[in-house]
Amino acid sequence: MATEEGKIDPMYQFEVQTIFEGFSLGGQQIALTNSAVWMMVSVIALWAFMLGGMKRELVPGRWQMMVEGFTGFIDNMMDANIGPAGRKYAPFVFSLFMFILFSNVLGLLPVGVLGLHPFTVTSHLTVTGVLAILSFSIVLIVGFAKHKLHFFSLFVPHGTPLPMIPFIFIVELLSFLVRPFSLALRLFVAMTAGHILLKVLAGFVINSSNAGAGYGVLVGIPSFALMIGISALELLVAVVQAYVFALLTSLYINDAENLH
Amino acid sequence: MPQIDQIAATYGSQIFWLLLTFGITFFVIGLGMFPKIQGTVDARDKRIADDLEAARTANVTADELEESYRVKMENDRSEAQALVEASKAKANAAAEKRKNKANADIAAKVAAAEADIKARAGEALKEIETVSAEVAQDMVAKISGAKVTKAAALKEAKAALKHG
Repeated sequence: MATEEGKIDPMYQFEVQTIFEGFSLGGQQIALTNSAVWMMVSVIALWAFMLGGMKRELVPGRWQMMVEGFTGFIDNMMDANIGPAGRKYAPFVFSLFMFILFSNVLGLLPVGVLGLHPFTVTSHLTVTGVLAILSFSIVLIVGFAKHKLHFFSLFVPHGTPLPMIPFIFIVELLSFLVRPFSLALRLFVAMTAGHILLKVLAGFVINSSNAGAGYGVLVGIPSFALMIGISALELLVAVVQAYVFALLTSLYINDAENLH
Repeated sequence: MPQIDQIAATYGSQIFWLLLTFGITFFVIGLGMFPKIQGTVDARDKRIADDLEAARTANVTADELEESYRVKMENDRSEAQALVEASKAKANAAAEKRKNKANADIAAKVAAAEADIKARAGEALKEIETVSAEVAQDMVAKISGAKVTKAAALKEAKAALKHG
């Protein structure tokens, strides 16, 4: 905690700190940061998790069952939203979903107790933005590769009266172009807001306890109780946001794959 | 907000590391591991579907076998029934025939015997008449000395026998 004269900064958790200077690429310093370390932790954890599902037994064990639950979940989602053509996008959406899910959940782990510095990769706009742009560019590439310029008919819903077409086209185009921003901002804001709330409440507990036992009982204990509830809620949000990201990606890919 | 304050200084490394880690996720996990797990699940689903199909086929076969067995059983039973019926009828007819024949034989024998008895009774009666007529003739000759013709004696004897 960055305590400067007893002040607890709830935003300190989001600071990117350089661990190792790294190298320079095109004028930008590519340093090994805490953010990079947590990304790697996510990937390694995800890899270890998936490795348990690679036994490929006919009758699955518990771990294999769990992994197959996740893959089946994404498979069903692709099948329900896109149809049989959705299967080829399943690896991408699965990677996206699992990477976001592991980043979200790992960022919530109370590793601060062990003296480590927890960091949620997905609470950074740069990260969510890149993931959103990846999804959006897949939509654009698939859409234009499959339908050529006919892809623009996506912006004219069926049965639009002729005089309304230019207006509707612009509205639909704008809503289409806003998609990557909404995708990136939703995840970024959901993660940031919950973490700030948790840190603010934790600050209440610490500051009120420092102010005296009476304040500690009066403010600290209710704050702590609230933190327990919000932690559970945050865990839910972590899962739901990963789900939403994957679901919206699959819906957008459906637009590109099947138009209307 | 450090996410925005630091964006100019850190975006390079953030994007670099994200592309690297997400790239590993996509290529190693998404393309490497995910289809294999999918394949395992698909193979299992197919196996289960196949097994179910085989079970269904076996069930249908068993039903058919049972049905054919039942039909055969029914046929055999009715055949046996018919056979029993036929042999019973045949036996009955034979018995009836034998009985009739025996009845006829017996009737013929009885009739013959009756006729014989009748004939013998008639002969006996005649003899009695003759004998009694002779006795009466002798008696009349001894007592009265009158001669009675044989015919008259016979006539009287007959009448007397009739009246007891």
